[in-house]
Amino acid sequence: MELDKTVTIGNKGKGVRSDCYISIEINESGGIKTELTSKVKALYGQSISNLIHEIFDFFEIKDATISVEDTGALPFLIAARIEAAIKLLIETEKNFLLPFLPQNNYQTAKDRNRYSRLYLPGNSTSLMINAGIHKPDGIILDLEDAVAPDKKYEASFVVRNALRNLDFYGCERMVRINQVPRGLDDLDFIVPHNVNLILIPKCETAEQIHLVNNKIDELKAKYKINYTIWLMPIIESALGVMNSLKIATAAENIVAMAIGLEDYTADLGIRRTAEASESFFARSMVVNVCRAAGIQPIDSVFSDVADLEGLKQNVLKSKALGFDGMGCIHPRQIRVIHENFAPDASEIEKAKKIVKAFIEAREKGLGVVSLGTKMIDAPVVKRAEKTIEVAVSLGKISKNWREEDDEKI
Amino acid sequence: MKKYDNLVKNALGRIVPTEINGKEAVAYLGIGKYKPMGRKYAPPIATCADFPADGNKIIPTLKDALIKAGIKDGMTISTHHHFRNGDLIAEQIFDIAHELGIKDMVWFPSASFECHSPLVKYLEDGTIHHIEGSMNGSLGRFTSDGKMKGLGVLRSHGGRYQAVQDGDVHIDIAVIAAPTADPFGNATGDRGPAACGLLGFALADSQYADKVIVVTDNLVPFPCIPWQIHGNYVDHVVVMDKIGIPEKIVSGTTEITKSPDRLLLAEMSAQFCDETGIIHDGFSFQAGAGGTALSIGVYFADILRERGMKARFARGGSNKYLVKMLEEGLTDYILDGQTFDLEGVRSMRENPGHVNTSPFTSYNYHGKGNFASMIDVAILGATEVDVNFNANVVTHSDGVLLHGIGGWQNCLFAKCTILPIPLFRDRIPVIIDEVTTICGPGELIDVIVTERGIAINPLRVDLIEKMKNSKLPIKTIQELKAEAEKICGVPEKLEFEDEIVAVIKWVDGTVIDSVRKIKK
Repeated sequence: MELDKTVTIGNKGKGVRSDCYISIEINESGGIKTELTSKVKALYGQSISNLIHEIFDFFEIKDATISVEDTGALPFLIAARIEAAIKLLIETEKNFLLPFLPQNNYQTAKDRNRYSRLYLPGNSTSLMINAGIHKPDGIILDLEDAVAPDKKYEASFVVRNALRNLDFYGCERMVRINQVPRGLDDLDFIVPHNVNLILIPKCETAEQIHLVNNKIDELKAKYKINYTIWLMPIIESALGVMNSLKIATAAENIVAMAIGLEDYTADLGIRRTAEASESFFARSMVVNVCRAAGIQPIDSVFSDVADLEGLKQNVLKSKALGFDGMGCIHPRQIRVIHENFAPDASEIEKAKKIVKAFIEAREKGLGVVSLGTKMIDAPVVKRAEKTIEVAVSLGKISKNWREEDDEKI
Repeated sequence: MKKYDNLVKNALGRIVPTEINGKEAVAYLGIGKYKPMGRKYAPPIATCADFPADGNKIIPTLKDALIKAGIKDGMTISTHHHFRNGDLIAEQIFDIAHELGIKDMVWFPSASFECHSPLVKYLEDGTIHHIEGSMNGSLGRFTSDGKMKGLGVLRSHGGRYQAVQDGDVHIDIAVIAAPTADPFGNATGDRGPAACGLLGFALADSQYADKVIVVTDNLVPFPCIPWQIHGNYVDHVVVMDKIGIPEKIVSGTTEITKSPDRLLLAEMSAQFCDETGIIHDGFSFQAGAGGTALSIGVYFADILRERGMKARFARGGSNKYLVKMLEEGLTDYILDGQTFDLEGVRSMRENPGHVNTSPFTSYNYHGKGNFASMIDVAILGATEVDVNFNANVVTHSDGVLLHGIGGWQNCLFAKCTILPIPLFRDRIPVIIDEVTTICGPGELIDVIVTERGIAINPLRVDLIEKMKNSKLPIKTIQELKAEAEKICGVPEKLEFEDEIVAVIKWVDGTVIDSVRKIKK
């Protein structure tokens, strides 16, 4: 236990909302002294004070001075901040965990839609709280580039508590860890708390995947976890591109591979342009590798959040290249991404015809499906079925589209 | 004189005084229940022989004009908020009153803004006894701390007109800041360096005050056309270098929101209006000023354009988005009550379909009807809503008085009132068991739209029926409250002192609620 040392954790200052800034000093006597300034003091002053005492009791600290500057942080964030501060002062194996939110207790399917995944900075909850309301396919709590180097320590507590206590509203629960090997330490904070998918940034070798999986397996055994945790490596360098096939096929639990163009273009020493011709090879390579490995190819983020038309054009190009989804950094981008990755009206019409022809052929006991004079191969039928499934899930057509189409005739 | 006396329980169960600043008041009785009898209040008879035959009523300074108007202790002076946070006149009036050693005045603004904070010193030294109007920002905090000599009285824009017409408030001197005026006192707000659109909030004051002073920084030769204020009501005209700060006049919230959460609220509200059939060819809507309300207007425009329909009229605050709808033919008319940007001012000047209105036409309780109740849908805000749909717009989560009522109460009379509000703001739940201050009774509030669900007032069985098969998340208000508490925790109850520091008037002049002193 370190005496007479003050530690500080958290965020404060202009523009900071729904957060808190904590400083703690451990004393030799005097009990727990609390100074609370909070915009919600009139409504939650007592409950914040109770939480503080509960945490100090839990860590068996009897004498300390704590000051909390609160701008409306939710309890799980306050707890994360206090615990992070305490662990800078004392050695302990214990973790202060609030009860896991039951509605977060779900796993995701390997081939689910991953059109959009929303990046959120891991050291602030203000953008996390409503993220699920905007219905991205996945929510990424980012421990890597969206967290300043000196905030990485405290961010891991925030992400851990968010995985447990933030409602994800059914979105795929993702975390981007730091680059391996540092990212291996992040796994302790996320694997035991039902993360669905882990993004591995700046991935360059299959070995990095093995390192991550070895640690995951260790933790799964320790915490008796029997479901699969998916991986999505991100290719962000020339070496990564060249090794991408080895990476994509390194493990069974890889479901998708993404490309990150900011770092990739920097690695090549070239400028990233809107037309993106400079990264054509890399993107095409990732798409080809993913298809060869049977996983989803995912495109880089589009960084101008105000330019929704530019985003749309970018999505259409990305879809034409063969990508299945894209990262996003603002909720406004989600709809544009979904609408333009999703099958359009003519694709849906064509898929309907193929599926109908297939069903009719099966009913008639025919071995061969044909549409007009053309024979339809099995993979084409499968793709058409997938298109219909997606159109139904996005509400573009009704679940009973066949009956309804028949009625129209 | 006591600040207040004779406490009673009103029809909503709130404890309110029936004697306020030495005058009798009526406790809230219910919607449309209070009908005062007798004749309307009237100003003193004027004689044109007392005024210059050449029509030149110019007086050198505001001080001279106030002295000529007979300024003295205890008088009520009115000003208006056409210049919003760019008003330069109210402070000058009380600087002069202070210089003349006048005490115990009543300030009767149509609204107050942060620019009026310097008046705190005149509340402290007794120049101003109390405020009847709105107490925003520092003035609100001063009031909530129990420091004002008299009791604060908050009224809606319509309630202000009502109070003037039935004599609840007697205006001794009205000072009307006019962006353009002539020496006779004809005045308009649609042109001049401090152009603000219209002067509707000053209409009652021009007609009912004992003395009327027009102050302008843009004097034109007679006649000033259009004459939104008639010079025939005006006693004195004062010309000054500058009456307002133009960039602050058209500040306010005049851009559509960029916040994804607010955009979601706007989109859900517009979709609700679409699915319930509220949006139809020839419908009408209340246009608000906040970022969310502006965005809803943009969604309305999209829906109308897509369907080849148009609105008959939009009423309320005008801005560039509404002007675009008018010019695109998506609405036949704008009935403008308050102009929020220079595009609105330009349109009002140039477009015969952009009409200036006043609280008399739109909101007045003593009119033979008013426009507010004819509107299909009003989209409004609130700081808190309770499980009985009662809403608060004046006090904050900590109980401090911070906002005015504006036209909010009056707009509740629309055929459908929708409040799009976040379920919580920085851990502060918006839907709670009982609002701190009731500004509007729940029976007039039909729909609460939050990002986590939409609650329809059980009284609106028609709307509930229409939304039965909607994909929108329709929930009960109790469910929404529980959801907020699950995320934020159950809030502790606010504690107040017993002392009342202000009252909230309903649109008919009765007292709907009291605001209590903050506990330290």
